[in-house]
Amino acid sequence: MPQITYVAADSTERTLDVSAGLSVMRGAVMNDVDGIAAQCGGSAQCATCHVYVDPKAVAALEEMDEEEDDMLGYTACERRPNSRLSCRLQVTDALDGLVVHLPERQY
Amino acid sequence: MGAQQLTGAQQRPDRVVVVGAGQAGYQVAASLREQGHQGGITLVGQEDGLPYERPPLSKAYLKGTADESRLWLRPEAFYTRERVTGTGTVVAVDRPARAVRLGDGRVLGYDHLVLATGSRPRTLDVPGADLRGVRTLRTLRDARALRTDLAGAAHVVVVGAGFIGLEFAAAANEMGRRVTVVETHRRPLGRVVSEPTAAYVTRLHEERGNELLLGQGVAGLRDDGCGRVAAVELADGRLLPADLVLVGVGAAPCTELAEAAGLSVAGGIVTDEQLLTGDPCVSAVGDCAAFPDPRSGARVRVESVQNAVDHARLVADRLTGAPRRYRDLPWFWSDQFSVTLQIAGLDRGHDRAMVLESAPDCFSVLLFRDNGLVAVESVGRPGEHMAARRLLGGGVPLSPWEADAPGFTLRAHLKARSGGPVPAAA
Repeated sequence: MPQITYVAADSTERTLDVSAGLSVMRGAVMNDVDGIAAQCGGSAQCATCHVYVDPKAVAALEEMDEEEDDMLGYTACERRPNSRLSCRLQVTDALDGLVVHLPERQY
Repeated sequence: MGAQQLTGAQQRPDRVVVVGAGQAGYQVAASLREQGHQGGITLVGQEDGLPYERPPLSKAYLKGTADESRLWLRPEAFYTRERVTGTGTVVAVDRPARAVRLGDGRVLGYDHLVLATGSRPRTLDVPGADLRGVRTLRTLRDARALRTDLAGAAHVVVVGAGFIGLEFAAAANEMGRRVTVVETHRRPLGRVVSEPTAAYVTRLHEERGNELLLGQGVAGLRDDGCGRVAAVELADGRLLPADLVLVGVGAAPCTELAEAAGLSVAGGIVTDEQLLTGDPCVSAVGDCAAFPDPRSGARVRVESVQNAVDHARLVADRLTGAPRRYRDLPWFWSDQFSVTLQIAGLDRGHDRAMVLESAPDCFSVLLFRDNGLVAVESVGRPGEHMAARRLLGGGVPLSPWEADAPGFTLRAHLKARSGGPVPAAA
């Protein structure tokens, strides 16, 4: 199973096995990772599952669509070039080892 | 009701009891811990299992693309780690004793009580309304039953063209069922969206083969001879064959506990702008709360994820020493077929609707009242929806004349008015 590492704003890390097919957001919620609010449950409505993807991994991700790009304009913490909505990142075997950093807040 | 003067213990209560473990109740518990609340939290819910998300119940869950653990708001470990305890049914609130009584006889004392009792679906008051195969949809248990029923149904009739009814109608259609929607109003979503959006939604369903019978009442439900529904009888006498009927005619707030406890109830549990009831030790949040809308001043009750979460967060802030007035902007979304309808703001009657369209499946409807923007409905324009949320939430003015300028977009207006790039959240 692919492993995803979630790094909290205070630098504490959790590395979890997340089934392929789940989103990076769902992997966090199902494993009780703090720092991803996911208010809308993965419908790309709320921008509260914002993550900063490890810069080295950005290129390996599927490109974001216009909707995600729009929503990222409204995150609680600043948008950076490696900002993504974790509800839109589908876990695949190719993403094994992915590291995402969680912003300080989602609201 | 004015802002109440609270004593120290009321501001930082030790034991918090939350009645109702839906989205709002769960969020009170989660936000209390996030804000550093150290005392006890008891979350008393009537339903079996862990608190879960309701929106997928009328969408992905029905189509079998979401299993139940994926609906959980948090896994079991969260409740253990955060010391959030309790299941059961609260049968009474004893305000003088600051205690709730549970169905099994247990008594729980509280320093602060949060009522997050939610709402329940309205049912039809016609003959046959209690036949098997006639269902409502609110809980996971309802959705499970519907999923089973849908598997064996050919003709589905949906009574009521609200969000639940239309989302269910779309999901049933995508599962290959023949669907008829019966609605007493002459347009779908009559109480919540404008005419142009309603027309779009009608087209969306009709183009995909759903039949919408608008301006049509239901006179009764007919039996198959064995206690199961076989047909829906319309007010005009026509009979629609049906082996599954979903009744989606709105929801009523669950206010019995509050009422019995002597709290004020008027179309919901009455609160002030801090979501406190008349008792400084009792708050009400989510679907059950009737609170003053900060924009219109009217007392409103809102059924949405946003409302549940933002209410809960405000109460958690207050109970951990950071009181504020409720100012959050209502927003909604509804997934039907591959389309997401988004609404920002609460339209309590508009006098002008302006459609900004970039393609047939991409438009926004700007709703004005007295020349001020009150709500925006969007399809296929998430950026415009988010800009609308910022504009309306921040009180940035927009007149119909400004919006009428060629090439106008909400996003550009927001940018111009806030003097720079789109701001981060307030």
